[in-house]
Amino acid sequence: MQMSSIVKTTADVLFPFILIYGFYIIIHGHLTPGGGFQGGAILASGVLLLLLAYKYAESTNVVRQVVMKSLESTGLLLFIIAALSAMMLGAGFFFNWLSPGGILFGDIVAYGSGTANLNTGGLIPIMNIAVGIEVVGAISVILLALLSGIKEKI
Amino acid sequence: MRRNLSIIITILMVGMLGVIVTGLTFGDPGEHPMDRYFIENSQIESGANNVVAAVLFDYRGFDTLGEAAVLFTAALGVSLVLRKRRDD
Amino acid sequence: MIEQIPYLAVILIAGIGIATILLKKNLIKMIMGLAIIEGAANLFLVTLGYREGGIAPIFTSAPGKEMVLPTVQAMTLTNIVIGFATTALLLAFAIMIYRKYGSVETNNIRRLRE
Repeated sequence: MQMSSIVKTTADVLFPFILIYGFYIIIHGHLTPGGGFQGGAILASGVLLLLLAYKYAESTNVVRQVVMKSLESTGLLLFIIAALSAMMLGAGFFFNWLSPGGILFGDIVAYGSGTANLNTGGLIPIMNIAVGIEVVGAISVILLALLSGIKEKI
Repeated sequence: MRRNLSIIITILMVGMLGVIVTGLTFGDPGEHPMDRYFIENSQIESGANNVVAAVLFDYRGFDTLGEAAVLFTAALGVSLVLRKRRDD
Repeated sequence: MIEQIPYLAVILIAGIGIATILLKKNLIKMIMGLAIIEGAANLFLVTLGYREGGIAPIFTSAPGKEMVLPTVQAMTLTNIVIGFATTALLLAFAIMIYRKYGSVETNNIRRLRE
């Protein structure tokens, strides 16, 4: 199935903006609506745009299944390591040890409505990034597998 | 015969849902101590302005771990079922 | 009765989904019915936590004091992701059945006929 050059050019122009929006949603997950799952789904929709605009054999040169599988595994491993890192300090599994006064993401937040401060949240932004990486990998693997049966001539 | 049974089962399940739902009022969930605790303490304890993110990644972290594992397993299963075969 | 409209919508959508699963013979339509039931469950969870005049539970420049319950929203997010995973796996199985039998109608598939 061959798309017209209008579709291809639009996909090329829109792809970086979709990536930027997805990264914004992931990184601001602890301040605004959104988070790892939603941002990962937006990134995967950008991948789907590329897959639909080009031929399957062409687009798999850019979107490789091996890369997506390793992204998925990396995200899940990073999530579990971030959860396990609290146990090295003697606290429980999933304890948010970075939150009040840690080196990274450690600003103290007062109760009530306030302005957005990116340097807060402790382990939550790290887990958001890990889950975002895992979700974009998983959805891309599913899309690649489901689209692999498409016939070239319709 | 089978079609009539399907319609009867549908009506029964919808009726059960209706019986559950009639006791609830929209817009007034009542007093929930757990949710009030999350709203009042999530900023101080976990430092996140978004209470849903704090619940998802801090208070109920095991839930999210299972969710990520389910997504991983689903991607694994789909790529296993639809893998390329040699013979076709 | 008029203030119960979201719950009535939940009942209607869930009924449509259950009827689709039980009455249709096409596997793709049955998967669509399952997705409709997931939508009904999500709507039911979000409706349960709504408070009159409440805002979303986010403190970044929040306009009000009263907030919607946050736990049901987290569970809704879990439900959406798990629903996505289930639907993808079922669609993969439907593709495999189509490759083996040449059809997704349950009447034409010998093993799935009662």
